[in-house]
Amino acid sequence: MAATETTTAKTPPGPGTPGSGTPGPGAPGPGAPGPGKNADDLAGLEAGLDALETVREQRVPVREVLLRKVLPPVTAVALVLVVWQLLVSGGVTDSYKLPPPSAVWDSLTAMWLQGTLLDVLWTSVSRALLGFLMALAIGTPLGLLVARVRVVRAAIGPILSGLQSLPSVAWVPPAVLWLGLNDSMMFAVILLGAVPSIANGLVAGVDQVPPLFLRAGRTMGATGLRGARHIVMPAALPGYLAGLKQGWAFSWRSLMAAEIIASSPDLGLGLGQLLENGRNNIDMPGIFLAIILILVVGVAIDLLVFSPLERWVLRSRGLLVRS
Amino acid sequence: MATAYAEAGDRTAAATHAARLTHVSKSFAGPAGPQLVLDDISLDVAPGEFVTLLGASGCGKSTLLNLVAGLDRPTAGSIETTGGRPALMFQEHALFPWLTAGKNIELALRLRGVAKAGRRAEAERLLGLVRLGGAYGKRVHELSGGMRQRVALARALAQDSRLLLMDEPFAALDAITRDVLHDELTRIWREAGVSVLFVTHNVREAVRLAQRVVLLSSRPGRVAREWTVGIEHPRRIEDAAVAELSVEITEELRGEIRRHGRD
Repeated sequence: MAATETTTAKTPPGPGTPGSGTPGPGAPGPGAPGPGKNADDLAGLEAGLDALETVREQRVPVREVLLRKVLPPVTAVALVLVVWQLLVSGGVTDSYKLPPPSAVWDSLTAMWLQGTLLDVLWTSVSRALLGFLMALAIGTPLGLLVARVRVVRAAIGPILSGLQSLPSVAWVPPAVLWLGLNDSMMFAVILLGAVPSIANGLVAGVDQVPPLFLRAGRTMGATGLRGARHIVMPAALPGYLAGLKQGWAFSWRSLMAAEIIASSPDLGLGLGQLLENGRNNIDMPGIFLAIILILVVGVAIDLLVFSPLERWVLRSRGLLVRS
Repeated sequence: MATAYAEAGDRTAAATHAARLTHVSKSFAGPAGPQLVLDDISLDVAPGEFVTLLGASGCGKSTLLNLVAGLDRPTAGSIETTGGRPALMFQEHALFPWLTAGKNIELALRLRGVAKAGRRAEAERLLGLVRLGGAYGKRVHELSGGMRQRVALARALAQDSRLLLMDEPFAALDAITRDVLHDELTRIWREAGVSVLFVTHNVREAVRLAQRVVLLSSRPGRVAREWTVGIEHPRRIEDAAVAELSVEITEELRGEIRRHGRD
């Protein structure tokens, strides 16, 4: 037998192909169980399997993040500015209808120099955040009730979903009549806009909790309130966060609607009033500035608060797929 | 709280069984009236015994485990378990993705009432038992399928129950990993001295692991036959004795399945 092996060894099949894991003669193993096998063998085997099957995550270097995440939006904004300037230079319409970017910039610096810019921003942002926090405090228990109590869900679940599609501007006229032209009316409009979003987000989050988690929790003794605290709430967190994100967007939108429609000297100057003043004074750069500021605040809060929170939650659960 | 289970007094070694099912039947409401899933099952699991429940689809294996776990109630008959709420392991790992491997185990300890001070050390000990000493801070998605099932096993052991219920826990794993986990489970079962009721549809797995194999018939599930497996440990899936008994059991199982083709 050894002789035949040496003669055939000239032809490539056996050891002639290096590197490729040929199922060589040693591989099938003698199949001898019993005495040779011990716990160390098993431990070593397991360690090997673990090492082979574990996927190592690596962080993306900062330069690549800048290149992939920051560069595209910056380029897009620059492009919009260029097109805008080209339209102005080409004289497509009257200059009072489309002011050049520089005029808007001048309005901005003027407001900054007068010292009113931060006041205006703060008036609106503080109102929106306070309103959002109130919406959070009301929407969260409401959402839990709707999600967990069948009667409550049957009673107000559809209304809550329906309210989401009602533009919150619709609430401004009744809110003004009920509460007068003051901050309470603003908060009422924010709440009516944001509470349904937050509650619905939580309901969706709870509905999507895998039944397996609930079963596993129950076998471990997590039932009732302990189950809600240790299993249901953490499992529903991604849906809840999505609801918060939408709730913030609705808060901000509702507030702007309220500020534009309801103006009174007592209310203080917010971004909505700034926009409305622009219309009254036929001040197109001022209007553009107000719109841009409203947009920037909305995006900034989302980028600085909600997106990082959401990404952190998803990443820690392995739910963030890297493209 | 857990009225269905015999409490602390029974936790002594004097108990004659870890689980006792007496004439257990279970039916669910179906489109054409109540449908019988389990029919008059009587089964004892002795303390420290390893029993596998074997059967084709529709034999109600998982329903039976749910009943023993207390997740559902039998329609007739009684189920008695000693040594606290039984721990249950699923085919999916069922680990909570918002917690690390270690914290998953600590949650089980916490729900069991272990004081905060002792939890960390106990979780580390249990991870060591399943040979995952370095995995305390790992997130679930960072672990391989086999590692997840080992953490799930550690979490089940953290409940400190004398009865471990396993519902096809290795069915979703690749053959190599499953084989290694068979060895691992055998080792831990002997070390921890728990009773195991293990459900599977894999005959060789049943023979390789168990001291006793219980074959269930399908629709409704009944105890068809039992075998005592006398093969010495350590066993291997390739062992001739394992193969021989597997052939015998498979024949019987096929006979059970064929019956359904006839009517």
